[in-house]
Amino acid sequence: MYEKDGEKYFVVDGHVHYWDGSPENQANIHGKQFIDCFYGYHSALSPEEYLWPEDKFQKYSEEDMMHDLFEIGYVDVGIFQPTYLKDFYVNGFNTTEQNAVLKEKYPDKFVLPGSFDPRSGEQGLEYLEELVDRYNIKGVKLYTAEWNGQSKGWSLRDEWAKRHLEKCQELGVKNIHVHKGPTITPLNMDAFDVKDVDEVASEFPDLNFIVEHVGLPRLEDFCWIAVQEANVYGGLAVAMPFIYSRPRYFAKIIGELLYWLDEDRLLFASDYAIWQPKWLVEMFVDFQIPEDMQGEYGTLTPDMKRKILGLNAAHLYDLEVPSEVPQPAAVAAGEEEYPEAPY
Amino acid sequence: MPTEAAVLDALSGVRDPELDEPITDLKFVADLRVAEGTVDVRLRLPTPFCAPNFAYLMVADAREAVLSVPGVRRARVALDDHHASSEINAGMVNERGFEGTFPGETEGESLDELRTIFRRKAFISRQEKLCRTLLAAGYSAAELAETRLGEVPASEAFEKYLSRREELGLDVSAEAPLVVDPDGNPIPEEAVVEHLRFAKLTRLSIEGNAGFCRGLLATRYGIEDPEEATP
Repeated sequence: MYEKDGEKYFVVDGHVHYWDGSPENQANIHGKQFIDCFYGYHSALSPEEYLWPEDKFQKYSEEDMMHDLFEIGYVDVGIFQPTYLKDFYVNGFNTTEQNAVLKEKYPDKFVLPGSFDPRSGEQGLEYLEELVDRYNIKGVKLYTAEWNGQSKGWSLRDEWAKRHLEKCQELGVKNIHVHKGPTITPLNMDAFDVKDVDEVASEFPDLNFIVEHVGLPRLEDFCWIAVQEANVYGGLAVAMPFIYSRPRYFAKIIGELLYWLDEDRLLFASDYAIWQPKWLVEMFVDFQIPEDMQGEYGTLTPDMKRKILGLNAAHLYDLEVPSEVPQPAAVAAGEEEYPEAPY
Repeated sequence: MPTEAAVLDALSGVRDPELDEPITDLKFVADLRVAEGTVDVRLRLPTPFCAPNFAYLMVADAREAVLSVPGVRRARVALDDHHASSEINAGMVNERGFEGTFPGETEGESLDELRTIFRRKAFISRQEKLCRTLLAAGYSAAELAETRLGEVPASEAFEKYLSRREELGLDVSAEAPLVVDPDGNPIPEEAVVEHLRFAKLTRLSIEGNAGFCRGLLATRYGIEDPEEATP
């Protein structure tokens, strides 16, 4: 819970990790390059006082995580996203089973999504059932760019991906977090292309598709899809830290997202441990669209921030919100007032 | 013998297809050596996981650009510190082409088609940037819809827009309408505002991505990160 200027905010961090990227767990050079790449993100966009040394970043402790999220980071509930990457890391980077250890220890602090890899075929379907049985998962985190033997990635359009989504629907796993990231085969294709989300979002209207990182760096493609599909949401991990290093750019991203989508379909996330929720929450609550852009984007109200910081995610995962936190009504589709067109 | 300046000038014509900026401005050229007719260029990127397709295009384009400089007989362009460095560099030496460099890892649309997708994005982004300056100078959306290329005052933004437009093979004659979609169809007056609204999103995406990549490169190689440049 975060409180500032008499306003209370229930905070759901939509994207937290507890990974092991240490040299001991790296299976090959790609494991090293992957965590190096994350460390590059961390170093490039964090305030100096939040920078970690490389070895801590590769592998941090349970105490670090609990402290940074819940003791000082204002987070009420963290969505514990798995990233298997078993081709890069001996024991995986962070799997559902590993995350479940902390979930069992602190049941009220985490939401535990699972994952599936459609390339596993029938076995993948069985694994999904097993995850529901064991952990009662309500969501999955999908990483279409994940390597698997010869394959360097997959698409939501693949037949087996759709069979897995059907299974999700059947099992009540309704929140599909989709991460788009570098390296995917076929290598000639655009790795960040979000178009496959469009097709499955239409085909599975009862599932919610949360596009992590709001499709960055393909924001226009993401917005185009989200405008048409009411069950597409934007996860703000990776977009959030620009609030510090490039606040005007951040204002534009948020302004555009609010224009094309609405305040009910955006989810705050830190992507811990790449960035820490403490400074992101503090800066976001203090944030306002710069005056010279307000004609174009309007302003952010405490209610909008409340929805983005936690209420929207609480709604997706049926989390109980303390009564002291105001719960503004959803913006009814079609009735929202867009800011005036710029020209 | 070709000069370093002449080679750099040729390299400044090579753009990152995704970021729509010259690789020289982006500081992707890590090293350049000219000895007699042989030129060695080393390129670097913001992360080891930058997309191999775009990486390949830049390496191949850089090689072609260097070879176009009079007096250059041999051009060796290599990519440093990338997860596919060895494949790409070997592919260059043996002139294997992208499909030959990554056998079995490509399918469907060719690299040329991918390039076209990003040229269309670059075109739309440059159009919005130009129209933004014209609107600020007093043009109305209705006037923009009626403006012909020959009536647009000269500016750097206009020049860049024309070059992106020409790359797509669209009409750049003085009589051609200014505001067109990436297929060259004129945008009707009533649709101009919405067209530019979406075009702006494309521009923000490209510019934001370029800023992010600059920051990552600066952190990775300990070089200066330019301040946020866009208004």
